[in-house]
Amino acid sequence: MKPLLAHLRLELTLIARNGESLLLTLGIPVLLLTFFATVDVLPIEGEPINFLAPGVLALAVLSTSLVNLAISTGFEREYGVLKRLGATPLGRPRLLAAKTLATLAVEIVQVGTLWILALALGWDPNPKVGFLAAMVLGTIGCAGLALCLAGSLKAFVTLAAANGLYLVLLLLSGMVIPLTQLPGPIQGIARALPSGALTEAVRGSLSAGGAVPGRAWAALVIWAVLSPALAIRLFRWE
Amino acid sequence: MAAVEVHELTVRYGDTVAVDGISFEAQAGQITAILGPNGAGKTTTVEVLEGFRRPGAGRTLVAGLDPIADHAALTRRMGVMLQSGGVGPGVRVLEALRHAAALYEDSLDPRALLEQVGLTGTERRTWRQISGGEQRRLALALALVGRPQVAFLDEPGSGVDPQGRLAIREVVAGLRNDGVTVVLTTHDLDEVEKLADHVVILDGGRVVAAGSPAQLMTTGQSDEVRFGAPPGIDTAALERRIGAAVREVAPGEYVVSAPGTPVLVAALTAWLAEHDLPLADLRAGRQRLEDVFLRLMAEGSFTRPEVRPRRRRGRERP
Repeated sequence: MKPLLAHLRLELTLIARNGESLLLTLGIPVLLLTFFATVDVLPIEGEPINFLAPGVLALAVLSTSLVNLAISTGFEREYGVLKRLGATPLGRPRLLAAKTLATLAVEIVQVGTLWILALALGWDPNPKVGFLAAMVLGTIGCAGLALCLAGSLKAFVTLAAANGLYLVLLLLSGMVIPLTQLPGPIQGIARALPSGALTEAVRGSLSAGGAVPGRAWAALVIWAVLSPALAIRLFRWE
Repeated sequence: MAAVEVHELTVRYGDTVAVDGISFEAQAGQITAILGPNGAGKTTTVEVLEGFRRPGAGRTLVAGLDPIADHAALTRRMGVMLQSGGVGPGVRVLEALRHAAALYEDSLDPRALLEQVGLTGTERRTWRQISGGEQRRLALALALVGRPQVAFLDEPGSGVDPQGRLAIREVVAGLRNDGVTVVLTTHDLDEVEKLADHVVILDGGRVVAAGSPAQLMTTGQSDEVRFGAPPGIDTAALERRIGAAVREVAPGEYVVSAPGTPVLVAALTAWLAEHDLPLADLRAGRQRLEDVFLRLMAEGSFTRPEVRPRRRRGRERP
């Protein structure tokens, strides 16, 4: 337990010290939420903020647990940090767990900030317990994907792959553009992706009278189990 | 008792054999240096011992453990100093060491260790803010903070100023006194001459020589006397006086092809005195390790082009 806590502490310290990552984790979601809530450009009926706020909360998870985590871990490989840690008793599962827990901690700050901003922009949420479960499962699934990339690719390849994947998952998530606006076959794929399932689950658990489809929970659970397992399998120290 | 055992180790990268059936041992509580030119197989061998790379054939044991099968247990008993890097650029010196200390059940006091490696005063500076020499010293401290039984040190003195190198040398020598087995890979032959108990020289993936520095320096071409004097002295006249061939192998560096008997040395120094020539250096019967190394490399029918490890998924775990 001591090595896990020590590494979690270092991860959190470094995240707090890294201005660029804070810009990605907080700046972009805040900007998107404010812009689309105040400028009427989305094909949405009713108050845009009630559609946008859950989507942007899901987007925050995607930014932090996929892009941020993949890039920072990729560069740890470049700097030889992973190789050195591979020779210590930290071990792969504890390293990945510490990184995932640090990501969850950052998301608490993100969600708090975005929640307050969304309320100020007129959001009227109706939160249910499922929201927390969706956020945790989505984080674990996306973090697993991030560590699959960073654990097996070079830093600059990870950088490109994480950003590319981020763009694809963002467009196919329903976070900003409703899934119903996508062509039929792509809708099915999008709902099976971790970003799509996460957005459905977050939206369903935050809106009045909303419900989370069983397939969204199933997709979230499958990604949360499979991607960390794959990350442990693929993760190389060198 | 051997703390590191290597038996018939072979490692291949595709069709290229990087390590070709080598065997050697590092005795517990001793400093063993692995030498060799670039591409000789040093890094590959050490990476196998650290558990980062699977051997193609052969068997290795470190502290009685298989580096791959028993990797988790081995990490509690070994310390690794990488050739470069190892710490994120934004991590502070004391922070890095405290973090590393917390990974072990029984670790050294980080502040005391910083003082030992001469890094007191740099505690709050980040990795990117300290000099290359200070980074090497921090890397050494990180390798030692977990009280390892076996320490793998890769180029510990590289890029370090003479004062820092002395501090590192003292720390490494102290490890021997504490019973720690040290496996050192380096190009600094002077460091090896002063520190190592045992030397393994690799070339082209094979062991081309092994033994204590004293053994290596007294075997082979000992029938010569080396001396230093001003460049361009009259070697023909000197040859007539001492009755042996004299060559100027480098400006101001001379080799006499004859055993270093007292009579020959006396004749040589007398001739220099008669001509009012200063004697800069004189060695008879004992070569420098560098001479041995260069001779072996020159003889090297083993040398192959430098091998760059190719990443192969699934082969480099854990």
